[in-house]
Amino acid sequence: MLRFACLLIAAMVCLAPAHAQEGGLNALLETHRAKIEKPSRTTISPVLEDLVDSQLPSVAVFLENWREKGVWQRRSDGRFFFVKPADGDEVMLIDVDTGADAGLADRSELSNLNPNSGVRAVIAAALVQFQLSDPDPARRLQALTALARDANQSHLSILREAIEAETDPDIKARKERLERLLTIRFGSDSANRVAAIESFAGDPGVDARAALNPLVATSIKVFDATPEGVNVARLLTPGSDIEPEVAYQLLVDAGKARPIVPLSERKRALIANIQDGAVADIPVADLVTQEARDRAYLALAAAGAVPPLVSREEQRSAVAAHVFAEIYSEPDPALTTAARQTLSDISGTVGFYRFISLALDGLSLASIYFLAAIGLAITFGVMGVINMAHGEFIMIGAYTGYVVQQFIPNYTASILVALPLAFAVAFMAGVALERLVIRHLAHRPLETLLATFGISIALQQIAKNIFGTQARPLTSPSWLDGAWALNDVVSVSYIRIAIFVLAVVFMGLLLFILKRTRLGLEIRAVTQNPRMASSMGINPDRINMMTFGLGSGIAGIAGVAIGLFAKVTSELGSGYIVQSFMTVVVGGVGNIWGTLAGAGMIGSLQKVIEFFNPSNTLAAQTYMIIFIIIFIQFRPKGIIALKGRAAGD
Amino acid sequence: MQRSLFAQQPSVLIFISLLAIFTIVITVLSEGFGLGLVSTSFVKILGKTLCLCLIAIAMDLVWGYCGILSLGHFAFFGLGGYMIGMWLMYERTKDIVIASLASAELPPTAEEIREGIGTQIFGVVGGAEIPVVWYFADSLFAQLALVVLVPGLLALVFGWLAFRSRVTGVYLSILTQAMTLALSLYLFQNDSGLRGNNGLSGLQNLPGLTDVPQSVVSVWFFLASALALGLGYLLAAWVVSGKFGNVIRAIRDDETRIRFMGYPVEAYKLVVFTLTAVIAAIAGALYYPQAGIINPAEIAPIASIYLAVWVAIGGRGRLYGAVIGAATVSLLSSWFTGGQAPSIPLGFYTINWVDWWQVLLGLGFVLVTLFMPKGIGGLFDRLVRKDAA
Amino acid sequence: MKFTTKLQIAGAAALITSSVLTHSAYAQEETIKVGVLHSLSGTMAISETTLKETMEMLIAQQNAKGGVLGKQLEAVVVDPASDWPLFAEKARELMTVQNVDVMFGCWTSVSRKSVLPVIEELNGLLFYPVQYEGEESSKNVFYTGAAPNQQAIPATDYFLEELGVEKFALLGTDYVYPRTTNKILEQYLKDKGIAAEDIFVNYTPFGHSDWSKIVADVVALGADGKKVGVISTINGDANIGFYKELAAAGISADDIPVVAFSVGEEELSGLDTTNLVGHLAAWNYFQSAESPVNAEFIKEWKAFAGEARVTNDPMEAHYIGFNMWVNAVEAAGTTDVDAVRTAMYGQKFPNLTGTEAEMLPNHHLTKPVLIGEIQADGQFSIVSQTEPVPGDAWTDFLPESAVLESDWKELGCGMYNTETKTCVQLNSNY
Repeated sequence: MLRFACLLIAAMVCLAPAHAQEGGLNALLETHRAKIEKPSRTTISPVLEDLVDSQLPSVAVFLENWREKGVWQRRSDGRFFFVKPADGDEVMLIDVDTGADAGLADRSELSNLNPNSGVRAVIAAALVQFQLSDPDPARRLQALTALARDANQSHLSILREAIEAETDPDIKARKERLERLLTIRFGSDSANRVAAIESFAGDPGVDARAALNPLVATSIKVFDATPEGVNVARLLTPGSDIEPEVAYQLLVDAGKARPIVPLSERKRALIANIQDGAVADIPVADLVTQEARDRAYLALAAAGAVPPLVSREEQRSAVAAHVFAEIYSEPDPALTTAARQTLSDISGTVGFYRFISLALDGLSLASIYFLAAIGLAITFGVMGVINMAHGEFIMIGAYTGYVVQQFIPNYTASILVALPLAFAVAFMAGVALERLVIRHLAHRPLETLLATFGISIALQQIAKNIFGTQARPLTSPSWLDGAWALNDVVSVSYIRIAIFVLAVVFMGLLLFILKRTRLGLEIRAVTQNPRMASSMGINPDRINMMTFGLGSGIAGIAGVAIGLFAKVTSELGSGYIVQSFMTVVVGGVGNIWGTLAGAGMIGSLQKVIEFFNPSNTLAAQTYMIIFIIIFIQFRPKGIIALKGRAAGD
Repeated sequence: MQRSLFAQQPSVLIFISLLAIFTIVITVLSEGFGLGLVSTSFVKILGKTLCLCLIAIAMDLVWGYCGILSLGHFAFFGLGGYMIGMWLMYERTKDIVIASLASAELPPTAEEIREGIGTQIFGVVGGAEIPVVWYFADSLFAQLALVVLVPGLLALVFGWLAFRSRVTGVYLSILTQAMTLALSLYLFQNDSGLRGNNGLSGLQNLPGLTDVPQSVVSVWFFLASALALGLGYLLAAWVVSGKFGNVIRAIRDDETRIRFMGYPVEAYKLVVFTLTAVIAAIAGALYYPQAGIINPAEIAPIASIYLAVWVAIGGRGRLYGAVIGAATVSLLSSWFTGGQAPSIPLGFYTINWVDWWQVLLGLGFVLVTLFMPKGIGGLFDRLVRKDAA
Repeated sequence: MKFTTKLQIAGAAALITSSVLTHSAYAQEETIKVGVLHSLSGTMAISETTLKETMEMLIAQQNAKGGVLGKQLEAVVVDPASDWPLFAEKARELMTVQNVDVMFGCWTSVSRKSVLPVIEELNGLLFYPVQYEGEESSKNVFYTGAAPNQQAIPATDYFLEELGVEKFALLGTDYVYPRTTNKILEQYLKDKGIAAEDIFVNYTPFGHSDWSKIVADVVALGADGKKVGVISTINGDANIGFYKELAAAGISADDIPVVAFSVGEEELSGLDTTNLVGHLAAWNYFQSAESPVNAEFIKEWKAFAGEARVTNDPMEAHYIGFNMWVNAVEAAGTTDVDAVRTAMYGQKFPNLTGTEAEMLPNHHLTKPVLIGEIQADGQFSIVSQTEPVPGDAWTDFLPESAVLESDWKELGCGMYNTETKTCVQLNSNY
């Protein structure tokens, strides 16, 4: 950006003498100084028009720099300059018109023009005509983005011209699409516009809907007879299409009926008419019910002291005497019909994609739950113990990732180092926990629960003491930034995809270990019957230790993954622990497929509940837990029940 | 019955006597009724501790005696607090609203008063309507009944579902944990009608008794808490002393065998679960007017886990153990986190107890579970045995 | 966290014993005691610890200047551990056992509501430094943070006028501040002609991390061709996941701007802000504000707390509140709460952004509203600054509050109904 700004300036310097004109841009800017100093979206347009109309060659560069916050103002005389760095605190001023050096200045003498994003958008729109056919494709794209955000009538012809000359097929496609969108909004020929509208059938893009929806915007209006000369969307029947109260209020607003006297108004009227401690001969002390107050008001109304109430009958007949209709603000029926048809077509497509999006969201959440819970499932299944410190192993993994990033600044390399390291650290922590605590509590699962809870709060606090309470950043490599987008409805961030891949890889790995290796065979044997296994020469202590290490190690990996997409705090793990327990219990203990089923069910269920109740995510979590409680009533051993020691208790 | 109870469990008599002496001493020393040597804030702290001891007894009954490790009893404790809190808040607000409307030109209608109360209570959380759950909030009697009924019913339904499908052991623990999590998440929502995250506040101000200073009110609640603890202790001791007690202990030790002997195990468990839920609810109803505010964070799953830990440390299967555990841990905890404990300079690093207390506590649990499975109460056993020998 | 309360119940056992013994020795006060009631542990410690340090710095500075009324100030720091009931307990302890003359503290609204009954009963004095939802006026609290009309309303105006936003997504954490603020904003937007269907409201739990669907919902709002803006009252850690998801979805501030009311320099210091450049925050103070007092304040703060530390809005609130209290005590010649309270009204003190703050009879300050765009270095570039706006305890945009007025000086009432000309109540609503 900076480089081509400089190039442009250089080009301008060469051209400068030819166009040299006393004052030029500087004089123009001077006349608009106040508005340029404190610009606002609403007041800047005339200034920009003036600048563009001046046809000065330096305008485009000035506008570009202004938008990028590259224009400075000298406090002493209010003149505007570009700057480039010079020695120390000084900068070299550059004349905005000629591009020539205009002397050194101290930074403190200058103030930066800082247009807000509303103003920047208007500037960008004004720049479109300069950029749309620019040789640099990046600038042409910039112009298109600006157009998509903020376009007006005049842009349509400019854009149409620019399409002809476009050589880049991608940009050309974008230009054409934008041209159709602008045609819908600003086109002058009805047939053209209809054609443009119909070309978007089945297109899920937000911009297409954004262009179409304003065409079908309606408002409810009141008519004395069947409306004519307007573009009617539909007639409304009071009572079924429109509430009678709302309809009457519309009549009142249109001046076609008497206003209803609201409760507060009536109360005020009563107070105003208190005479000798009574209203219409009803003592004030008796006016403690609405009924009594209504009676008093009616009495006053009968005496003509206050406006009478509007009876229900009167309201009904007034409503019945009029016609209510939804009227398009767009007068051309051909357009509205086409837009409505296209929109209904789009909504089918959008519904389909939305379902896919929901499914992907559910899948993504499920893979996170799966990663968090699988380690727990293994230890729970094999040893029958609940490890309350499992969440803290996740935390340990996340902090390992953070520490690694402190030493290896390259994010890609650091993640590649962090994953195995997190596994190793959590593996060792798990083995230590097993050897020091859990082994001594064999066959006392409830006490294991308490002891590991103690470990959990100790580890959490230690993490706080070491890393502080503030959330720590775990930054993903730049190739994981952004999202994979099928269209405007379906998009999944790359981090989530990466987590999904990680979950699949680990599932495969675990399946391999359990089904194809000696260790797996022994683990399965201990899971199913420890005594028999030990009589076959398997050392259950060693297996328990290895299993616990394995489960903890995977928790460490999950920690890195979770840290990447959320945050690293000492409470990171505790947020997932109850969730993980439920995943394991719902899925069925000691079985990878069970955990997969549990995670899949909980993840997708949560998304479905969120879909039905989008405004309250908390409710979704509550209902999901209640559902799980009920589910466990009917399948106490989970979706995929296992026979063996874990199933015994 | 009483005689035999005391004869069977001499610790009951000792406990009740100690509690009575303690209560009298504190009352005499309090600001509200006596010498003013014990400050009001400390009387409140003691009163609250007594309530925690009461719920610890409930926990001991359900876990130490019946073997159900419930990780959700604070849900009942909190619900009890909410029920009494609704009345306290509604009536206090009603007095304010009536007083403010008294000078209006027109005397207020019932709807206007209700509207005023709604705005006062729910204005701060963005509402004005009084939700349906507040239907009985104007009746002390009804809300007192609800203190027992709501948690009792929840425990009954939950317990029936769980025990019926023979959910036991760690599964049951997780299920109870899920229950308290669901309840706290539900209450966190504004739409639950109980003021969401804000909860119910200002509960220390008793409706109609705003002129009574807190120094006096605190002693009232302290005495009530002591009475409740005493009665709760007697009740629990009675429950565990008879045949019923033998059956539930047997269920703890071998559920299957007892079922084969023909006892309706589920019914026994359900009775114990519900009874302890009610005790917890009563403890909560006494606790929160002293704390002044109740909100959903109070019933987060971790609170109930701590409860289990108190009982474990104090010693399961002995009622005084639960009391000792609850009192000791909360006392120590506040001493360490209150900044009263001296820091230990190690030269290269200074151990600041506010930072390290949780670590100590956590490791303490581990050590107690590993090396003192009978908890602090177990020490008394050893002492008694030594005396006997 | 909450459970610690339970643990701490017996709280000051040791403390009490010692205070019982030494109670009489405190009869002659040598120092003026200032209570600091900020959580040093638990979830809120992230934010509140900074304020505790700010108070320590301010008190040390004042003592270096000779103290107040010729006496030295003494900070009494307690830790309510982010546990709301514990706030009430500690406040009572500060006032009755420690006998402090004034307290500075609280962050969350619920902690303030927990403390209110106690300070009103004991006639204490609390300075509350955080932006809040309004709808409250206590005789015993001075609100030095922003009321909604000093933060939320101007930010919404900025959206409407400067950015041309026509459709609003109000995203918040589910608790009292977002709830009340959003209720006020909804009404305000409707008054401004925004249709109800153009306002999307969503509440998430504390610490929420799964934002993909909500971000997708916000993007989908643009489908009817109106410019969408997000007003975020999302609290604390949850912001990190939210901004990460926003950045991943490729939503630039030019497409869908986000203005946050709870995200300041402190919160951004744990975040890579390159993807957030251009999103907005509204406060009464930014570290980047250019004024000599601010430069001085930042210098002192960095010297006191460390070079890497940043300053933020609630710190400025404490700075103003503390200095006003000092001046009020000097003016009253005593630390007696009622005398100081009376002396507070009309107190003026220069704020850090170059204008002057004045304490109003409704216990709120006049404050300028600043709107800043997030920059890559985690600081804010100020794009809008208003003249000082007087804080309004009761919002004008809700019908039931519009009739209420707070004036402790003339009316002696914090909840005065201007329609019925009566004082609804002397205590605050908690």
